[in-house]
Amino acid sequence: MSTLLVLLGCQAGFADPSREFGAPVLEGERFPTEVHTPTTLGVVDTPVTDVHGTPVGVACATCHGPDAATAWASRPGEPFHTGVELHHGPITCASCHDPDDRTKLRLADGTGLDLADAMTLCAQCHGPQFRDYTHGSHGGMAGYWDTRRGPRTRNHCVDCHAPHAPAYAPVVPAAPANDRTPLEDSHG
Amino acid sequence: MDELTRRAALKTGGATLGAAAFARALAPLTEWEENVSVDSFLQKHYKEMNKLEMSVVLARLETEALEEHGVAVSISDPRPTPGVSFAYALNLSVCIGCRKCAVACHEENNHDRATNNSYIRVLEMKKGGIDLEQGRTDYKHPVPDDDHFYMPVQCHQCDNAPCVKVCPVEATWKEADGIVVVDYNWCIGCRYCEAACPYHARRFNWQKPEIPAEEINPDQAYLSNRIRPQGVMEKCTFCLHRTRNGRMPACLEACPTGARVFGNLEDPNSEIRWVLENKRVFVLKEDVGTRPRFFYFFDE
Repeated sequence: MSTLLVLLGCQAGFADPSREFGAPVLEGERFPTEVHTPTTLGVVDTPVTDVHGTPVGVACATCHGPDAATAWASRPGEPFHTGVELHHGPITCASCHDPDDRTKLRLADGTGLDLADAMTLCAQCHGPQFRDYTHGSHGGMAGYWDTRRGPRTRNHCVDCHAPHAPAYAPVVPAAPANDRTPLEDSHG
Repeated sequence: MDELTRRAALKTGGATLGAAAFARALAPLTEWEENVSVDSFLQKHYKEMNKLEMSVVLARLETEALEEHGVAVSISDPRPTPGVSFAYALNLSVCIGCRKCAVACHEENNHDRATNNSYIRVLEMKKGGIDLEQGRTDYKHPVPDDDHFYMPVQCHQCDNAPCVKVCPVEATWKEADGIVVVDYNWCIGCRYCEAACPYHARRFNWQKPEIPAEEINPDQAYLSNRIRPQGVMEKCTFCLHRTRNGRMPACLEACPTGARVFGNLEDPNSEIRWVLENKRVFVLKEDVGTRPRFFYFFDE
């Protein structure tokens, strides 16, 4: 690591040495790092759209009451679930949702979990991703690299991966630069 | 006699041509002076100025920006923090090649709108190897393509930077936190640095950047995103106007897949240190000995 930190000393220094550095690193208190709470948790899209063409969402618990009679009232493909297509490996609804209480999720060991804590549930299977996330190398973020100077927000798993179809859909890229790039005019 | 006459004729002719050539050679200087104030022409090298001189220059540049672009901008001069040494890492396993980083760079750093310039160039390459010669930067199809991977390339802030060595006027140098910077007012536009960079990371301002007033980012720094003059080099500065104040670079915040990791090498608990210590990390063109501060990695 130390070789990375070696600086080149071949050039002239600062005439006014007080200009070379700014204020020293702050010590002590850090600002919070908050995980963004997605608005889509606990809501499924319905075939009904609003004036903008956006599907109207309805809370799971609207139909799936806590009592056993209504718990499995509907299944994928039935009217309210046309927006839910499960493309998430060989799992079923009850792999993640608590069949007895659709306002909740359920871990593999049977422990109930609030929808807001969905990341714990994802982490059961996606260990490497969760490890990387905890070390800041998976999932987007914004704010301060130096949390002693300001807060940071992290994405929630569900911000980027739809839980029922977590693979990234292809996107149309932004336009490239119109600069003089040799690579661009070479050989087709 | 005959010979003397010819010599005289040649002398006279030569003198006339010489004077004409001299006047022609000076012509660009007289035209150029219209755009460059005396203060700007006499300005010292960045490192030669003391704090007072620097503050005078910053105030003058702010005034010029207001006059030329009609926008009140703030041009600061944030300096490196002792104990902070920057590095960047990029996860090739999750980059989808959407160019959102390049767009964020374009907007953040007040790039010329017509050229759609950016300090980041995303290479699309066939999976199975890193063949830069076959890399394309002009793809327009939906991404990611199944057969390709995407490698954004920007300034690697090399510790052994060829661009710094070739500059004939010391207009570019490496700062204490690892960032390679350019004094746009000292650069003579010879483009040696552009030729020297093995990553094709430097850009030249062929024309004065044109940006609609309402799109100009007013949060500017002397060594980074202030609107550059025509005829000077520019490059990625890890957004030093943001990062030296503790914030993330604009390209990192724009990345929708979280492929980018930025931080302080000297902090053993930083994310960048974790990546360097735990991931399969490599640098581009390691064999040329540039010792980059920009790393690439793959997930297992």
